[in-house]
Amino acid sequence: MASRTNISKANRHWRWIANHLATGLAVLSTILVIAPLVAIFVYLLYKGASSLNWNFFTQLPAPVGEPGGGMVNAIIGSAVLLAVASLLGVPVGVAAGIYLSEFGRGGKLSNLVRFTADVLNGVPSIVMGIAVYSLIVLPEKSFSAFAGGVALGIMMVPTVTRTTEEMLLMVPNSIREAALGLGVPNWRSVLSITLRTASPGVITGCMLAFARVAGETAPLLFTAFGNPFSSVDLNRPIEALPLQIYLYAISPYDEWHRLAWAGALVLIVLIVVAVALVRFVTTRGVLKGAS
Amino acid sequence: MGVSIEVTGLNAWYGANHTLQDITLHIPANEATALIGPSGCGKSTFVRCLNRMHETNPIAKVTGDVKVGGMDIYSEISAVEVRRRIGMVFQRPNPFPTMSIYDNVASGLRLNGFRNRRVLDEVVERSLKHAALWDEVKDDLKKKSGASLSGGQQQRLCIARALAVDPEVLLMDEPASALDPVSTAKIEDLIFQLKSQYTIVIVTHNMQQAARVAERTGFFLNGKLVEFDTTHKIFTNPGDKRTEDYITGRFG
Repeated sequence: MASRTNISKANRHWRWIANHLATGLAVLSTILVIAPLVAIFVYLLYKGASSLNWNFFTQLPAPVGEPGGGMVNAIIGSAVLLAVASLLGVPVGVAAGIYLSEFGRGGKLSNLVRFTADVLNGVPSIVMGIAVYSLIVLPEKSFSAFAGGVALGIMMVPTVTRTTEEMLLMVPNSIREAALGLGVPNWRSVLSITLRTASPGVITGCMLAFARVAGETAPLLFTAFGNPFSSVDLNRPIEALPLQIYLYAISPYDEWHRLAWAGALVLIVLIVVAVALVRFVTTRGVLKGAS
Repeated sequence: MGVSIEVTGLNAWYGANHTLQDITLHIPANEATALIGPSGCGKSTFVRCLNRMHETNPIAKVTGDVKVGGMDIYSEISAVEVRRRIGMVFQRPNPFPTMSIYDNVASGLRLNGFRNRRVLDEVVERSLKHAALWDEVKDDLKKKSGASLSGGQQQRLCIARALAVDPEVLLMDEPASALDPVSTAKIEDLIFQLKSQYTIVIVTHNMQQAARVAERTGFFLNGKLVEFDTTHKIFTNPGDKRTEDYITGRFG
């Protein structure tokens, strides 16, 4: 009896240590994950916040030597580029994901699509820029917002496709059977039941893809090209925040360096706001107890 | 009103596995018919052949005739049409998790393009009353998700959802096997009331359940229909030795 108590006592000590060790490790990992994000954000605030003012959002860039000036052209340009990219990348990506999970499961074509998506995901973004340059910019003989949006849109496709597929596969088969058993046609069941059940995950995938291409510079260098004036014309060159930041950051002027920091800060804040907004809008109708 | 089901020479396969062999039986209208048998004997496959859910599995194959209300469901109408006329309740409750209680019940009509709000309201109320769930959920029809209900309530919600499209036949694949005894009793009461209006086919592992709810019982073994007769006959004086062995608990 006595020895048994001893063992359990020793066990209890060991469990206490193991428990706290595991908790400690988990907390440490969490901090390690969050730290870079917080560090970057704090550093951006420190470097960029002082150059932020109302003019930054309303004025065009000032010539070298003149103080002030803003990035309104780049903010508008990024919005236009991302809208074009999302309109292109999200529908194509979601549709491809639906095909992979619901219609082509196990087929040759779906393996090919999946493989292509994974390869596309690994293609360096500068290569995407060159590809779109030769496919759209050269034949059109002009840099354009459209070409930039296409380049970013293509970059969104693999991420959206693969997350859509994964999320749809997580929907239990019993849900599909319930819909089919009610006499709902298959296409309708896929769109209204399966996709809807998976929609929180699918939206997360779209936002990830969106946030990723929002900060891309390389694919825009020879497609959107940049434009010192505000423009929403899809057939003309357009500015983008990452392009403007790149241009200002490699310049020799202190004033431009400060504006580049402010631009980076604005870019990050805008991405966070856009993601939060989409989350808010899409989770408004969620019911009590919905899983 | 319910209709009768006439099955002739039905064979079904999963890949190379011949799960149903030459099944012939007549299921009368407006009665509950129970199918019993050990696991893997083909009774679930059989009911899935009755509303063409079997063929949703890519490796599945089926031959033979199934006539529901005199109509051959494999040649005269589409699978979608068949399933609209033959409702199904599954083993595990499967409400649509993103939908409210109301939307779950209305889903069958809505997804087929039916939009009239007033009629939908009526159908939802009538179906939930039919499924004996109305009093428990009437206050949060549109506020609560179908997935927030208890297991027994979820299963009755699924029954209401199946009833809302006004089927002629209701197939139930072990509808109470995942439920506690109280919920099971409620489902059985329900079957009792529903069979005046629908033809009910219920697969069950539980022989007492078959004896309680069904007029007729079929015994399946290894993909064959061993015996099909009135429930009374099957449980008191079975014609086949294997049926007797099964219901007296000698195997299975």
